[in-house]
Amino acid sequence: MAEKVLMKGNEALAEAAIRAGCKHFFGYPITPQTEVAAYMSKRMPKIGGTYLQAESEVAAINMVYGASAAGVRVMTSSSSPGVSLKSEGISYMIGADLPALIINVQRGGPGLGGIQPSQADYWMATKATGHGDGHVIVFAPSTVQEMADLVALAFDLGDKYRTPVMVLADGLLGQMMEPVDLPEPIKSEDLPAKPWAIDGHKGKRDHNTINSLFLVAQELEDSIVSRWKRYEQIKAEEQMSESYMTDDADIVLVAYGAASRIARSAVNKAREEGLKVGLFRPITLWPFPSDALEATVDKAKSYLVTEFSMGQMVDDVRLIVNGRKPVSFFAHTGGVVQTPDEVLEALRRVATGETFNMVPYQSKLSGEAR
Amino acid sequence: MSDTTTTAAVAEKPKKEKSPILFGRTGSLTKAITNYCPGCSHGIAQRLVAEVIDEFEVEGETVGVCPVGCSVSAYNFYSCDMAQAAHGRAPAVATGIKRAKSDNIVFTYQGDGDLASIGMAETVHAATRGENITVIFINNAIYGMTGGQMAPTSLPGQVTQTSPYGRDTDAAGFPIRVCELLSTLDGVALAQRVTVDSPKNVRAAKRAIKKAFQYQIDGRGFTIIEILATCPTNWGLTPADSFTWLQENMIPYYPLGVYKDTGAAEKE
Amino acid sequence: MKDLNIMFAGFGGQGILFAGKIVAYAGMLDGHEISWLPSYGPEMRGGTANCSVCISDEPIGSPLVIDPDVLVAMNLPAYEKFIDHVVPGGIAIVDSTMVGTCTLREDISYHTIPATALAKDNDLKGLANVIMVGRLLAATKFSTREVFEKAIDKSVPEKKKHLAEANKRALQMGESWTAEEC
Repeated sequence: MAEKVLMKGNEALAEAAIRAGCKHFFGYPITPQTEVAAYMSKRMPKIGGTYLQAESEVAAINMVYGASAAGVRVMTSSSSPGVSLKSEGISYMIGADLPALIINVQRGGPGLGGIQPSQADYWMATKATGHGDGHVIVFAPSTVQEMADLVALAFDLGDKYRTPVMVLADGLLGQMMEPVDLPEPIKSEDLPAKPWAIDGHKGKRDHNTINSLFLVAQELEDSIVSRWKRYEQIKAEEQMSESYMTDDADIVLVAYGAASRIARSAVNKAREEGLKVGLFRPITLWPFPSDALEATVDKAKSYLVTEFSMGQMVDDVRLIVNGRKPVSFFAHTGGVVQTPDEVLEALRRVATGETFNMVPYQSKLSGEAR
Repeated sequence: MSDTTTTAAVAEKPKKEKSPILFGRTGSLTKAITNYCPGCSHGIAQRLVAEVIDEFEVEGETVGVCPVGCSVSAYNFYSCDMAQAAHGRAPAVATGIKRAKSDNIVFTYQGDGDLASIGMAETVHAATRGENITVIFINNAIYGMTGGQMAPTSLPGQVTQTSPYGRDTDAAGFPIRVCELLSTLDGVALAQRVTVDSPKNVRAAKRAIKKAFQYQIDGRGFTIIEILATCPTNWGLTPADSFTWLQENMIPYYPLGVYKDTGAAEKE
Repeated sequence: MKDLNIMFAGFGGQGILFAGKIVAYAGMLDGHEISWLPSYGPEMRGGTANCSVCISDEPIGSPLVIDPDVLVAMNLPAYEKFIDHVVPGGIAIVDSTMVGTCTLREDISYHTIPATALAKDNDLKGLANVIMVGRLLAATKFSTREVFEKAIDKSVPEKKKHLAEANKRALQMGESWTAEEC
């Protein structure tokens, strides 16, 4: 195994993409994902790849559309406001069954928001990446190592299912450094063949078209249904999650990405106090790891969800728990990050049997949580 | 929209070697029947591009991009590889295709609303990058597919569905002369305006398209051929009157000619 | 080892992030789990800068250091902002040139050094941060000078390799400094 290197999450992600055979990057500068673009602009010319700073996020995602249509592994990266701009192109890519890696290093919103870490794009990523009936696979790394590991998987699954894949990180993961074992570079001859690509038919096959337009309603329905059959397969085969000390847990804390690290610290502190608390961490946000969460419902007495948002993933947790056990929520948002002690305090209250939806505006208004 | 075809749909696709058929369907067009209205210039323009592809014998190495507008279905009409693109984004999509496979010839086929309104940023930046692609720009001074709304190239005073009292330049601003505008950019190798209102002009238009493809093959950079075109349905004129309207109104505002030609500049 | 959570704080431009990187690298070379997290944003361009470094033998949960075991303070605002958060029994490493007169806590230990003045007087321009790192090494003894020197080699960018020796001199100067009061 190669020596571990100390890298920022954004840089590890970029290097891992190159090692996964991605030689085309199209992007537009925005904090806090800038290191991805900077890294690519340095590396791509040295490996015969393309780094292109587009005129806009809109143009960048459409360049990704074109390169993906031509059959190469390609990516773009941005942060929340920029991903809003990309949503048009992502929808077209879903409709045209084009794989690509889209990075969202989330920051606070809505609007220009802020530049500090946030998880307020969960809904956008998992429910409405763009207009129309469709999804993208969404990965949520929680360490720099995962930033690297999930990138390679994202390219593989994108090619396998012909779908865009998003890595939903945040400013904290993007900016922090940790030791990382970079994956071995994939050989170009080992990349999957793409007989559907528009790379010039050379007179050897019928002409290929990349298209999301179906003016006959029945044809559009058929194309959507066939795509959703693939979604069913993705839901059955690609759910990923991590469970930490959940086996004997009375309270299951649910958190993803950087928030899950704070949650993990809180779990350790709670265990020192004798509270039986475990952490359930979704790694795929779409498909949501509902099977593994379902497996905890019988044993758990209650749930606490913590995010860097006003409560988005908590919707999915509540859908799965479906009223069988109480689900509480505690969070900060807008770039404010909860401390492990705050989460610990919320856990203590859940342990006393309280159920609450504790978000900052309520605690400020009432002086204490509801 | 009419299903009437404006192209010769009867002949068999000719073989690559010399065919005894003197006039037939162009090889790099499919047998699909186009959805263009009678008298629409799309049929001619599209065919000219196909003839150029045939003459260079590059159908297997050519990839076309057709974004939103009446030309959106062109992915069905060309037998080379084709991509449909979002409204205005064809130059960005073409950039991705070209950067991924730079040996291929990549062209976009865009209308005026697409190129000069919603896609102006993509157009200007592809041009200034000197992106080695060819843009075929159909300027008919109106939005065809959505039913005749004001376009960025609609003329002052022109009556459309959304300028019912005529284009008021105080409120709606002025038309954009695309070739003139792009000719100021260093990345542009060829910017030429043509039309297809007569056999002579059709031949000239084809020569321009051929030169653009040649420049792309030679790696000279961004090429754009603007084709002044008719839209009888949305202009509310007969096909014949449409050409008269084009000659009397469009050509004076959008003079035909070469606005930039790096090849000609070298010869001088 | 016991978990070590370190907060480096000062002005942008003092090399706060780089100082943290050396320490993080040293932890990594010793086989510990580590994380390094900078403050980011407009601060990069001249305002306050800080970075969190966690060193542990367990996977690191929150990489944000809120209650540091060790505070490395390179100016007065940074000192004042973070000193009350240092855990009881913790350590404050203070650049006395920049912090000057300050209120002291009784329940933590202080390791002061006029790092900025020393750097200026010893032809180590811009290396007060590494002098502070040397002082941190002496105060915490969580690793060795050899490991820290290797960490410097890893941390100094390729273009600045010629500065590695000066960095090591700064490290040694900080490590061997005898205590002075703040």
